[in-house]
Amino acid sequence: MASPTGPAGTRTASVTGWGRTAPTTARLVRPGSYGEAVAAVRACGARGGIARGLGRAYGDAAQNAGGVVWDMTGLDRIRRIDAEAGVVECEAGVSLHRLMEVLLPLGWFVPVSPGTRYVTVGGAVGADIHGKNHHVAGSFTRHVRSFELLTADGAVRTVRPGTDLFDATAGGMGLTGVVLAAAVRLVPVQTSLMTVDTERAADLDDLLARLSATDHRYRYSVAWIDLLARGAATGRAVLTRGDHAPLDALPARARRSPLAFRPGRLPPAPRGLPDGLLGRRSVGLFNALWYRKAPRRRTGELQRISTFFHPLDGVPHWNRVYGRGGFVQYQFVVGHGEEETLRRVVERIAARGCPSFLAVLKRFGAGGSGWLSFPAAGWTLALDIPAGLPGLGAFLDELDEAVAAAGGRVYLAKDARLRPELVDVMYPRAPEFRELRERLDPRGVFTSDLSRRLAL
Amino acid sequence: MKDAFGSPQSLLILGGTSEIALATARRLIARRTRTVWLAGRPSPALEDAAGQLRSLGADVRTVPFDALDTGGHEEALGKVFAEGDIDVVLLAFGVLGDQERAEAEPAEAVRIAGTNYTGAVSAGLVCARSLRVQGHGSLVVLSSVAGRRARRSNFVYGSSKAGLDAFAQGLGDALYGTGVHVMVVRPGFVRTKMTAGTAPAPLATTAEAVAEAVGTGLRRRSEVVWVPGALRPVMTILRHMPRAIFRRLPV
Repeated sequence: MASPTGPAGTRTASVTGWGRTAPTTARLVRPGSYGEAVAAVRACGARGGIARGLGRAYGDAAQNAGGVVWDMTGLDRIRRIDAEAGVVECEAGVSLHRLMEVLLPLGWFVPVSPGTRYVTVGGAVGADIHGKNHHVAGSFTRHVRSFELLTADGAVRTVRPGTDLFDATAGGMGLTGVVLAAAVRLVPVQTSLMTVDTERAADLDDLLARLSATDHRYRYSVAWIDLLARGAATGRAVLTRGDHAPLDALPARARRSPLAFRPGRLPPAPRGLPDGLLGRRSVGLFNALWYRKAPRRRTGELQRISTFFHPLDGVPHWNRVYGRGGFVQYQFVVGHGEEETLRRVVERIAARGCPSFLAVLKRFGAGGSGWLSFPAAGWTLALDIPAGLPGLGAFLDELDEAVAAAGGRVYLAKDARLRPELVDVMYPRAPEFRELRERLDPRGVFTSDLSRRLAL
Repeated sequence: MKDAFGSPQSLLILGGTSEIALATARRLIARRTRTVWLAGRPSPALEDAAGQLRSLGADVRTVPFDALDTGGHEEALGKVFAEGDIDVVLLAFGVLGDQERAEAEPAEAVRIAGTNYTGAVSAGLVCARSLRVQGHGSLVVLSSVAGRRARRSNFVYGSSKAGLDAFAQGLGDALYGTGVHVMVVRPGFVRTKMTAGTAPAPLATTAEAVAEAVGTGLRRRSEVVWVPGALRPVMTILRHMPRAIFRRLPV
């Protein structure tokens, strides 16, 4: 998607998710106020509309073929910061990046951050995003005190936790309405640096054991796993875990501006890169280097927030490295006690040699109340794979079956290919979700390619 | 909707008894396709084809469609699109005809041209308009290598495919940026009932191979697909061969 136009400007454009697969065409409308948003929803036409933030959903959740896509980045005001209680009230188009810029100097941090800062607050609610702190903090909507939702009848409702509409919207992929604003609880920090412990795990057993035994000691925890390693090294990984650095952990010089937020930024990835740049060999080499360059064990390293949380944000448009064919991200969760399923999936990916670099394994804490919210207590694995890999569709279908049979699910914000029949198996509350949508939006105003594809 | 791999959930076949089209349908049903529309002249063969695909688990419906009745295309195809989005339209009707008879009876030549070219222009444009409104979808047009260079032995058929091929390329350019993708498929000699009794040309292929190439082309959003792929360089040479020499080739 190209750059947006002026307020309420309308143009027709080809739209894809971050994975750059399955483009469809929609009219883009960028409301700049509540009034414009209400008018835009009223005027959306027969093929409906869907809200879109910064386009980081990998699949087709924020595209709407033949209809309207509301670019919400025009609603980007931070209305109020309660620096005593640690609550920010802002419009839905504000990005987590912007919140960090504004809030860190005040000593506050967002409650949950995914692997990119370039997601909007509206998107964070719609996908009920999670981060490296899920095992202690849960997902994003757990920290939302209320949000304002523009529904199909043109009304703006204030929605609070504990209601059906809240739970349907938390993770509901924008299909219950347009989130216009939210009040989010923050976490206090003394500095903008992280203290990070790094260690290597020799294989999957070692990795799961380390995560199970010691995760509770860290607020943030994640493992980069080398899915191209086979045999005895299957599942070898680098764990990085940490917490916000207290003031006294900083060297004297850094203590003068402990809350400075300075994310580094490299030049963007060039356009028009060929497919197949990330083949088995190049990715295998990268993964091996990545594994070996990590220290066997290092504690208390100071890292910037951007380095620890958002390493890929340093390269704008990094999704272009997958070439014209784009890529799919596969993320699933299986519960505790389903380690065998996880192991089988990892072994199959390793055996097939999917060129996936920097796959991520995490241990989730308890799930939230969102009906279509993804996280649930257990293990989650996420990996990128070039979409052009022959036979990939059928291969991922097989993994889906194993995940579904284990009571697990895949993440809708990343999906671009799930078999529709599996939605209700993976998300048992999907029928209730449809019922609520039918009641609240009988004309199907809120529609996306994802909702058409999965019959949501 | 198509998924990330270009696999469609709904398919409309124009020329519902075409072996290539049915092989393609079988292949797509094995992935994501659940709804199939077979458009064709009502016949036991059309019902047979529908039954076969139903047995694979698809929801199959037939719709009366006659390539030569261009006046009826809007109504017949409009009904299909009114029922829901179509992710892939496969334009697969066509007749080989009898070259000798066509040369002797111009009316027969007109029937071939009318089916393969005029009928396709009409149906192609009707579908293109609906796909455009949807903002997504692929129009797959079965052309032929015969359309790339006129051959003495079947130039009436070849000229109709040449027209169709040019039309489809232009339509693809016209639809660029609308979310609709047009893919021209150029098979060589395909062993089917249409070519039964004809001596196979070199690089002959099968309906299954064409179906596989269509699947791959949809995944890659290709604009032109040759089946087999080796035909592409071969035809490049043949197209540039002086006529005096080409005339003498045993093709």
